[in-house]
Amino acid sequence: MIHKYDEKIALDIIHQVGAKPEMLVQILRAFVVKFSYISESAIRLIAKELNLSRAEIHGTVSFYHDFRTTKAGETVIKICQAEACQAMGSRQLTAHAEKVLGVKLHGTSENNAYSLEPIYCLGNCACSPAVMIDEKVYGKVDTKKFNQIVGFKE
Amino acid sequence: MNTSTKIFIPRDTASISMGGDEVAIKIEEIAQKEKKEVTIIRNGSWGMSWLEPLIEIEIEGHRVAYGPISETDVIDLFEADFLKGGSHPLKLGNTNDIAYLKNQQRWTFRRCGLIDPASIEDYIKNRGFSGLEIALQKGSSHILKELEKSGLRGRGGAGFPTAIKWQTVTNAEGDQKYIACNADEGDSGTFSDRILMESDPLALIEGMTIAGLTVGANKGYIYLRSEYPIAHEILASAIKTAKEHNWLGKDIQASGFDFEIDIHIGGGSYVCGEETAMLESLEGKAGMIRFKPPLPALEGLFGKPTVVNNVVTLASVPDIIDQGGSAYSAYGVNRSKGTLAFQLSGNVKQGGLVEIAFGITLRELIEKWGGGTASGKPVYAVQVGGPLGAYFPNSLLDTPLDYEAFAAKDGMVGHGGVVVFDDTADMAIQARFAMEFCSIESCGKCTPCRIGSIRGVEVIDRIINNENREKNMDLLNDLCETMIDGSLCAMGGMTPFPVKSALQYFPEDFKPEIK
Repeated sequence: MIHKYDEKIALDIIHQVGAKPEMLVQILRAFVVKFSYISESAIRLIAKELNLSRAEIHGTVSFYHDFRTTKAGETVIKICQAEACQAMGSRQLTAHAEKVLGVKLHGTSENNAYSLEPIYCLGNCACSPAVMIDEKVYGKVDTKKFNQIVGFKE
Repeated sequence: MNTSTKIFIPRDTASISMGGDEVAIKIEEIAQKEKKEVTIIRNGSWGMSWLEPLIEIEIEGHRVAYGPISETDVIDLFEADFLKGGSHPLKLGNTNDIAYLKNQQRWTFRRCGLIDPASIEDYIKNRGFSGLEIALQKGSSHILKELEKSGLRGRGGAGFPTAIKWQTVTNAEGDQKYIACNADEGDSGTFSDRILMESDPLALIEGMTIAGLTVGANKGYIYLRSEYPIAHEILASAIKTAKEHNWLGKDIQASGFDFEIDIHIGGGSYVCGEETAMLESLEGKAGMIRFKPPLPALEGLFGKPTVVNNVVTLASVPDIIDQGGSAYSAYGVNRSKGTLAFQLSGNVKQGGLVEIAFGITLRELIEKWGGGTASGKPVYAVQVGGPLGAYFPNSLLDTPLDYEAFAAKDGMVGHGGVVVFDDTADMAIQARFAMEFCSIESCGKCTPCRIGSIRGVEVIDRIINNENREKNMDLLNDLCETMIDGSLCAMGGMTPFPVKSALQYFPEDFKPEIK
């Protein structure tokens, strides 16, 4: 369940994971799991608690693909863009998804219902193309199965 | 007498991605309605991914397989009396007799599919912890000797001899040493680490503990990619169970040896699979490559001597100690000893994991196990070893899978991923993607990789658009050489391999009709 950013919860997470610089990546991950993104206030708070500069936190946040800095849509759809899935039509699947969701890769739909993200390998390569919706992985996704798992009528 | 029928339904990612959970729920529901006693065991995967969910019924000590099963097949299966092994179009016969599995040489993956990954009893019943027991009795020098005899090389891709690495860390001076398991399996077309962690997690834990005992480390980290949530859940619970049974933690089996393992989750960065970038990430930082030397074996995590090994490497060790190094090196050819878990994927009919001795040819693997392409069209190109591996044309498919034989053809066995493309693939687009992927995932520390990859995309675009073709071809070759020779790590240093191989073997794809 995605939670609205809340400083008290954020503080709890930092101390639960460990308020040490070497836990920064793990803290950022926990923030994304909880709040879907790393906000400016989150960066300030982490910097203060870990005694690092905001620039250092920003540098780490911007390095990793998972650590988004804008709020994610209610449903995050990731379509694998790597070679094994390409060999089974992930490019066509991505074009289909962009069309039916009305959003480009890396984008979030206007009603905030969907974020569409590229992902490079879900390790489900023998059942490609693979798609991850929130934390669940789907295999052998053609356009029909895509509509079905996202909940679109034909 | 217990009349409950045991049903096995894998809980690995492939099975779940194809509806394994829904099948399990449906079976339970109908069994209850029909008053049939069943015990559902969520085992690991046998690695026959194209048959997932592959369910098995235990009948008189044998396991009878059906697959691939969808939720809607379940009613049919009950009607066919599958609980008694009734015939059905999806019946595959005894699991052990399925040719795909039967013709493999399972070593590291021998328990995958067989056992319930959550059950330490199952693990021990199948010689789990036997390697660690011997290791605890005989100590470091015995382990190093057996490892050397085994000829085991790093299964992450680089193929560095494991015994030498462990010996280096053993000899290194240090008040604190670490074992860092690289579970950031980011190469497209690879999933053997995932299957191992989801199907036999205790083997990894045992392997890491043996590594710790050998080199004198009492702390291990598993750096797991965020794309593997199921593996995370299964590993975390296996660590807890191992601790409860004193196979991990303080004073393991009253030996006086302590070993702890923590899991760290990555941030979705491919380059963090490179060992020094991984160490940076484990320290909480951006995954920027480190200069080498110093080697991580001497100055690794937090500047301390560190063993960095891939999941499959570490999980191969317990049986090497248990069975002896020469039992392992009896498999394989030349300097490629033992087995490798090849992973067949992409446009292939029967994708999955095939653990077999080195030396088999790529063609045998694709034809005998893979059954050809999924589309039924001819095999056009095969990429081995992940996104940094060369694309091989049909004419190179008889190359034996052996580290050196592949290197001689500018290819790499790497982590054993084999991705098949049929003749609808456009190799100019694939070459462009190799550069694009590098530009997305480059850590940015060195110029040939950071800038070269972006220029690479542009040059390939110009070639595809037929602008100044000759000059741009020269430029691309030049750029590839610069990246190979000038990059700090394999990311920039090997991205040119898929590009160059595409140019060399599929030149016609770079020559669309002149507009």
